[in-house]
Amino acid sequence: MSITLQGFRRTSSGGHESQRTTIEETRTDKIFLTGVKIMLWLALILVAVPLIYIVANSFSSPSAVSAGKVLLWPVEPSIKAYKEAFSDPLIMKGYLNSFIYAICGTLISVTLTIAIAYPLSRRTFFGRNVIMSVLIFTMLFSGGLIPTYLVVQDLGMLNTRWAMVIPSAIGVWQVIIARTFFRSTIPDELYEAATIDGASDLRFLWSIVLPLSKPVIAVIALMYAIFQWNSYFDALIYLKDPSLYPLQIVLRNVLILNTLTGSTTTTSLAQQLEQQQLANVLKYALIVISSLPVLVIYPFVARHFTKGVMVGAVKG
Amino acid sequence: MSATFEVKPASAAPAPPASATARKPPRTSRRTQAGRSLRRHWQLYLLIVVPLAYFVIFKYIPIANAVIAFKDYSPVKGPWGSPWVGFKNFELFFQNPVFWTLVKNTFLLSVYTVLASFPIPIILAIALNEIRNGRFKKTVQLVTYAPYFISTVVVVSMTILVLSPRLGFVNDAIGLFGVPQIDFLGNPDYFRHIYVWSDVWQTTGYSAVIYLAALSGIDPALHESARIDGASRLQRIRHVDLPGIMPTAVIILVLGVGNIMSIGFEKAFLLQNPLNTAQSEIIATYVYKTGLLNADFSMATAIGLFNSVINLFLLLGVNFAAKRITGNGLWS
Repeated sequence: MSITLQGFRRTSSGGHESQRTTIEETRTDKIFLTGVKIMLWLALILVAVPLIYIVANSFSSPSAVSAGKVLLWPVEPSIKAYKEAFSDPLIMKGYLNSFIYAICGTLISVTLTIAIAYPLSRRTFFGRNVIMSVLIFTMLFSGGLIPTYLVVQDLGMLNTRWAMVIPSAIGVWQVIIARTFFRSTIPDELYEAATIDGASDLRFLWSIVLPLSKPVIAVIALMYAIFQWNSYFDALIYLKDPSLYPLQIVLRNVLILNTLTGSTTTTSLAQQLEQQQLANVLKYALIVISSLPVLVIYPFVARHFTKGVMVGAVKG
Repeated sequence: MSATFEVKPASAAPAPPASATARKPPRTSRRTQAGRSLRRHWQLYLLIVVPLAYFVIFKYIPIANAVIAFKDYSPVKGPWGSPWVGFKNFELFFQNPVFWTLVKNTFLLSVYTVLASFPIPIILAIALNEIRNGRFKKTVQLVTYAPYFISTVVVVSMTILVLSPRLGFVNDAIGLFGVPQIDFLGNPDYFRHIYVWSDVWQTTGYSAVIYLAALSGIDPALHESARIDGASRLQRIRHVDLPGIMPTAVIILVLGVGNIMSIGFEKAFLLQNPLNTAQSEIIATYVYKTGLLNADFSMATAIGLFNSVINLFLLLGVNFAAKRITGNGLWS
């Protein structure tokens, strides 16, 4: 029913042909479309169920979680796990560190990306193709883990906060996105007009290009921020001091290596059991907490993000 | 490799003394062009100095540092002062009984990943493109896109929790069909499937966006005329949509194959446990263990370099083949 209506509505924009095109939506097409919808529902369920499962578990009581009774709705709702997580100093420290890395890292990354992407977008910039190949080559071939580690070590960045934000500062993909955007939206005539008015290159970039490029700046800033927030590898190899650990490392210790945090000064068996149950539900809560900042901004930025990916997908 | 390395600082770094080169009589037109550009746009060249320095320091110096693969690296003497040993590290690696296991694990995992994660986003994108129903389409897109934003650590933790023998719902679900509990992560035979399908779960929505962009770029007139000719939806997909996204698909496939040996360290490392190393030990995780845990820098670099070189050749080879066969490729 809704399918015919949809087919009708879609084709009716063609004016007088609407009658004919409705008939054109043949039975096989309808069956096909139903099949497509079933498939999309399946995809939706497959992706959503694990997410809902985690959230439902995180809001359930520790005993219900340990009994494996939770599926898609919280059982004996409780926020015990969240209280525990937010009172854990190690987790909170990691949270704070991650925020520091994400904010500083994003500022540095965006600045440097624009600084290289803008000149490369200008047709009058001599040698831009050579420089672009130099950048793209780094996407194809790298010295590897240890040679990079040696550089970071020589710069004295090991076990400092710099190691989290500098070695991965510029992404070639982001440079390509920004460059493509500058090139396709800032017309040369605008630059000529500004030059006649006496603007220098930097002045033009600052007063005209940047205000016009807010969408792409937002996109690459978010890409960097999310990358920073989720990054874990740099911390694993460069950091030793637990007080510098970002959230992801703390998460790995708690979630995957099963190192329990919090007070383990319990004595009685009942308390130990309770502690164990709490540890189980804590895992789910931690997953939610750590993904929260990203998932909260996600619906607002998804549209822009999509645009960014599309811009990046256009070669040039 | 070293050619590209040297061209850049020569052409871009000396921005301030631009006038010196510019005053010379114009011998070649390229040089005049460069001089004029430098003089007029010195601010742009100034702007690019720091980011370029970043690429030199963090990308090209490591490439130069990779010479330690051919040396017996000593931290005191540094990468250049250490004594040469030729291909000794490579030979040792090739003779190591673990070599073939590593290559096989890395290769199979990558091929499996490419095979599974190449067609599924295309199918999703075409399916999404078929329905014009705004809200349903948006919901599916929003939800399938979401896992891409979750960190690897969290995705791996979720995988472990969902698959866990006692508490995970997957075991509950298969229990309904009378299948006994399975310790998925404790059995090396399941490792590849877990790795690949959790990857598909995470990235399909994101990858589909690129194909959706390509699909929206197809001239509607093609669909229109196909419809007038009586083509069904399926026929239009086959003869209009698929050829329309071919160039994009080829590029993504080439890149995927090019990365075939550089399969993600993070995820394999996180999913790894002593029970499943038989299939989960790949070159990247082995490099980490050799280099950073055992501090055998030269050996680890040699293994990493072996990996990178194979990667590069695979990419170039597949790109060449793709260009020959379909006319599309990188740098087309």
